[in-house]
Amino acid sequence: MPASTLRDDLPLPDNTELDVVRHYTRLSQRTFGIDLGFYPLGSCTMKYNPRINDALANLREFAELHPFVPDELAQGALQVMHELERSFCSLFGMAAFSLNPAAGAQAELAALLIAKKYFKDRGETKRDKVIVPDTAHGTNPASATMAGFTVVSVKSDARGRVDPAEIRAVLGADAAVCMMTNPNTLGLFEERIHEIADAVHEAGGLMYYDGANANALMGNTRPGDMGFDLMHLNTHKTFTIPHGGGGAGHGPLGVAPHLVEYLPTPYVVRDADRYRLDFDRPKSIGPVRSFWSNFAHAVRALAYLYANGAEGLANVSQYAVLNANYLRVKIAEFLETPYPEVCRHEFVASAQSLKKKTGVRALDIAKALLDRGFMAPTVYFPLIVPECLMIEPTETESKETLDEFVAALREIVAAAQSDPRELFDAPVTTVVGRVDETRAARQPDLRWRPPLPPET
Amino acid sequence: MYTPHTQADIDAMLEAVGVESIDALLQVPEELKLRAKLDIVPALPEYQIRRRIERLAKRNTGVDLVSFLGGGAYRHYAPPAIAALAMRGEFLTAYTPYQAEVSQGYLQAIYEWQTYICLLTGMDVADASVYDGATALAESAIMTINATGRHRFLVSRAVHPNYRAVLRTYCDGLDVLVDEIPLAADGTTDLRALADAVASYEYAGVALQSPNFFGNVDTLDADALRAVLERGAVPIAVVAEALALAALATPSSWGAQIVAGEAQSFGVPLAYGGPYVGFIATKDEHVRRIPGRLVGKSVDNAGRTAYVLTLQAREQHIRRERATSNICTNQAHCALIATIYLALLGKTGLRDVAALNLERSRELATAVANAGVRLAFSVPFFNEFVADVGRPAGEVLGALRARGILGGLDLGRWYPEYATCVLMTATELTTSDEIAKLGAALEEVVRVGAGI
Repeated sequence: MPASTLRDDLPLPDNTELDVVRHYTRLSQRTFGIDLGFYPLGSCTMKYNPRINDALANLREFAELHPFVPDELAQGALQVMHELERSFCSLFGMAAFSLNPAAGAQAELAALLIAKKYFKDRGETKRDKVIVPDTAHGTNPASATMAGFTVVSVKSDARGRVDPAEIRAVLGADAAVCMMTNPNTLGLFEERIHEIADAVHEAGGLMYYDGANANALMGNTRPGDMGFDLMHLNTHKTFTIPHGGGGAGHGPLGVAPHLVEYLPTPYVVRDADRYRLDFDRPKSIGPVRSFWSNFAHAVRALAYLYANGAEGLANVSQYAVLNANYLRVKIAEFLETPYPEVCRHEFVASAQSLKKKTGVRALDIAKALLDRGFMAPTVYFPLIVPECLMIEPTETESKETLDEFVAALREIVAAAQSDPRELFDAPVTTVVGRVDETRAARQPDLRWRPPLPPET
Repeated sequence: MYTPHTQADIDAMLEAVGVESIDALLQVPEELKLRAKLDIVPALPEYQIRRRIERLAKRNTGVDLVSFLGGGAYRHYAPPAIAALAMRGEFLTAYTPYQAEVSQGYLQAIYEWQTYICLLTGMDVADASVYDGATALAESAIMTINATGRHRFLVSRAVHPNYRAVLRTYCDGLDVLVDEIPLAADGTTDLRALADAVASYEYAGVALQSPNFFGNVDTLDADALRAVLERGAVPIAVVAEALALAALATPSSWGAQIVAGEAQSFGVPLAYGGPYVGFIATKDEHVRRIPGRLVGKSVDNAGRTAYVLTLQAREQHIRRERATSNICTNQAHCALIATIYLALLGKTGLRDVAALNLERSRELATAVANAGVRLAFSVPFFNEFVADVGRPAGEVLGALRARGILGGLDLGRWYPEYATCVLMTATELTTSDEIAKLGAALEEVVRVGAGI
């Protein structure tokens, strides 16, 4: 190797294994996970992550399998993917799923690229608009831009739903895809979804289902039956895959029959009792990642599927909805709930009038919850609800835990009305207090730098 | 089976809500009620789940063969301390660290990851991770498109073919044209063709890879990059084998402004292709175009050091359709694994592993040559190289497989002109016995033609 191609120094520290073990054990102790307490983060479905799933994903024959191993020597892995795919098709009413996308946002992008190609093949190249409700997750409009579409935002009505008339008003020959979440991010079921789907289809557009909230409807209703042509699922939400501090995720992409041939490559195909990766799919949008799937997560999802069966999954959604409604009515006793009706797996509360009276904001409530041993809900989202607290308890939490959470929140609201100073200072029991975010953004310090050598 | 509700709980909760049954909460319109019987296996007890999935695992017989596979996914040694630490429930079951005060540990680990990637690449700043190496390239290309306002991109044919394919998928969405730089006869990027291309068109960026897909070290330096920079295109270095960063001159030293890479080699299991962990590192001037999460060091209200997600105005949850990327969930846990790997190995360990990879792959190359097989190229390589077996590579690989060996990658899959060539990889885990076994089998197969 010529010296000019080599590097002279490698400025990394040398550590003992003991130091490394102590350091990362300490860091873990400064991190809050589901394993430590209630994690009511709306739209994130922070349910218990069963340990059997990890044990199986870590089996040597899965963990050490190279992605370029010939298909005939990877039959078990391919069968895992195929079986999971077929089960998803049945559960969500789709013709096929691709397990390729690494997360929900990547599935959104892949779906929009499919739509683009589909319209191009039909000679409808003028379709450049993606319709997104104002309650949508931020990834929806961001994915639309990445796929080269223009975003049209649609306002929700007073009941927190998308009004079919509003959709019709923006539909035209330029409409490509309408992206919807159902139940939406307010936790409300869009009961006129069929009407919306019919209108979009009549205008020649496609319907996309953002599956972030799929935990609300398993075994009760299916996106396919609602009229969706494309959908993603976040198995790192609905199917108990650990979030790991922000990934890796897993975003299976489902499609209706007319879009199957556009799915990303490769696609797992079953020929009699043999499975293979099919790369030869001329209409495919192409691959979306280096290799085939976040495969270890497919193993976890399959284990979860086996643990529940069809009936168990229906129960999962029912208990998720029961827990959310129970929390909703209990919290409504002392905090505004802007949409006071039966919700699905999550709901929103608002600190707007509390803030007017006491100066205490959603952020202060969130921080005060940290002091009481709970993770905070999602705050300031969806954007249409001022001082929003978006709460998703999930089905794996007991009534006792929910009651403790309600008691903590009740105490915080009472404190806001009597002496809010404690809340403005919160959290005080955590390893650090409120972090100076302005300084972090104005004087970015994004890495450690080695000290400069002393001048000679 | 993971729900804790007793009947008494359910009754009390329904009463509080003021409904008779859970069904009353579901409120599915009649026409949307699920009527089909779901085609899903019935629930199994845990011991049967284990048994059933273990049986599937056993069908992955590929793990029992001697393997010389690489090409963007590498078999490296991972110290058990990694799993012991990374699989701690606090890390595993945390969400993206939005609430900084209860996420200091994870935030600090990501800050360390950003630091390690900068130290390895010679860049100023690195993001908290992207999905994998291929999407790192695609997202980097988008950075250059946004930075220059140009809609044409140039990539070397020596860049990993899967990465190039993903680049095309992403660029199709933005109507960006992707041109390819041909290969030189020595298995590196044709630098003359590169200069011609950048002279002919205004490219947003140019992606080069060294060591490239063939394992070859391209001679990239300021001279090679001059034409690119003069024409205002942004040079991107692609890294598919991050271990090479420990041995080779940094991409920064030859003028790359963005490094798009894959860090699977740092302790992340092969796992049939994922999850892996991509990274994007760049110069300070591009920091506001970088996709995904960034962790910054700041202080808390008592002046104590504290970490927090920062520069979020780039991101989808704030900026929506004007975000730099749609990425939300990234690969935090894989990045944590890689960070712990780098902490455990340190400078000395990492250098040793890199040296062993150089040594083992040279031992393998010698054995291949001694078996009568020609090496396709003669330029320096890192831990993989191309052997020309002189007949369709698939035939030879099939015959090796019958002898319990995965001999490498059939390059004809991506390069018709190299249909008789095999990409062979050796790492620190490759033993002399395995190399001897391959040598003997290759001699028999190629020289004698047995089993073909």
